[in-house]
Amino acid sequence: MPRAAALIVLCCLVAAPPLRAQESYLAWQADNLAIEAPLGGLRGDAARGRAIAASRDKGNCISCHMLPIPEEPMHGTLAPPLFGVGARLSAGELRLRVVDEKVVNPETIMPAFYGDPARYYRPHPEFAATILTAQEVEDVVAYLVTLQ
Amino acid sequence: MKRAAYLLLALLPLHAAAWEQPVSGYAYLPEQVQAMQDDPIENPGMFAVDEGRALFNTPGYNGKSCASCHGTDGMKLEPQSLARYPVYSAARKGPLTLQQRINDCRENRLDEFPLPYDDADLVRLETFVRHRARGAKVNVDVSGPLRPWYEAGKVLYHTRIGQLDMACTHCHDRYVDLRLRDQVLNQGHSNAFPAHRLLSGDISSLHGKFRDCYATLRALPFEVGSDEFISLEVYLNARGNGLAIETPGIRR
Ligand code: HEC
Ligand code: HEC
Repeated sequence: MPRAAALIVLCCLVAAPPLRAQESYLAWQADNLAIEAPLGGLRGDAARGRAIAASRDKGNCISCHMLPIPEEPMHGTLAPPLFGVGARLSAGELRLRVVDEKVVNPETIMPAFYGDPARYYRPHPEFAATILTAQEVEDVVAYLVTLQ
Repeated sequence: MKRAAYLLLALLPLHAAAWEQPVSGYAYLPEQVQAMQDDPIENPGMFAVDEGRALFNTPGYNGKSCASCHGTDGMKLEPQSLARYPVYSAARKGPLTLQQRINDCRENRLDEFPLPYDDADLVRLETFVRHRARGAKVNVDVSGPLRPWYEAGKVLYHTRIGQLDMACTHCHDRYVDLRLRDQVLNQGHSNAFPAHRLLSGDISSLHGKFRDCYATLRALPFEVGSDEFISLEVYLNARGNGLAIETPGIRR
């Protein structure tokens, strides 16, 4: 490859902002301890949601909750198990708990997966966005609904 | 109705005060790791102790060494006195950590340039010196002029930080003994430090551990040796008053 072309490619790579920074934060509104409307009107995918719940760097829900994900050996015991949570809570109620459990319980340890990044205290600059994207939140909600 | 009851449950403060007596992270280690920590031949942290001992006995710029005042291998150092760090320093109008104490001696008694906080040599000297107090009970006095530093550390300990927006107290007070994925949460005491970390395979200062805690929470850490981390050290040490010093402990 000619050196100039390589340089241009390199410059593009360096100049491109990280993908996450391109998605702007969508404000949400909770009513009666639920968020009825899907974030950004997006549709979730339960299979992707399951993978996000198990992943260490995304949801990592199983670090605190037990979930029916038997191929991952060690689930946390500090939070209530989520077996059957889709029968206990509506999709809107589940959405609020994933988006920001602090609305339900201000003292909770559970991170807000879609909280306003402007309200973080001392975020590491690499993590100044929401933990999950709006799409990922919807995927997780779609997965939780299947837990009957 | 069922739903309302469940909601009420979620609103109740969980495990308000989870522990009354401090328990060392040692109690949470697998048996083989406990045995490794207890055996001076097997304990990998003893490398840092040996390196610290060599530095301790090495003459500085003016020909004196730490050993000139404190005896060969620090025989004259008092474990009870070492267990009181950080202490209040009138000259600094604030806390003096063990590492700062060592650095002050280097500068004023050995005519050496002071080392930056957490410098590799300084951590090794600190590891050696604190190892001299192994078994002594942590005994930090925060009833006097160190009180404001203790209170500032306590505030930091209870402040939510970073993208995960959790505070130290969440894991180390409220959910002690429960599992976070594959790790049982301990009380997060400082008595093992400087400690050998199995993940890095190296000795880690307490402030280095703090920076890791901040990274885990995806927070911007304070600098090693900063007022913030020193106040956290004052709080953590006093919170663990009565625990036996384990330096060099072995931790994950
Ligand atoms: C660091 C711990 C932690 C993590 C990580 C965590 N949670 Fe939670 N979660 C809790 C705790 C503790 C509660 C109990 C209520 C409270 O404390 O507010 C809870 C409550 C919930 C509830 C309400 C349960 C009920 O029956 O009312 C749902 C739903 C939930 N979490 C889903 C999730 C999902 C999905 C994820 C990952 C995307 C997740 N949690 C990650 C700690 C956590
Ligand atoms: C999300 C949970 C969590 C939070 C929040 C947390 N820690 Fe920890 N901490 C842990 C775990 C798990 C360990 C045990 C690691 C191991 O196996 O050695 C630990 C270990 C420690 C230890 C070593 C204790 C020992 O003897 O093993 C110290 C000191 C400590 N934490 C301090 C802090 C401080 C200070 C903060 C806040 C800035 C903090 N932690 C926040 C989970 C947490």
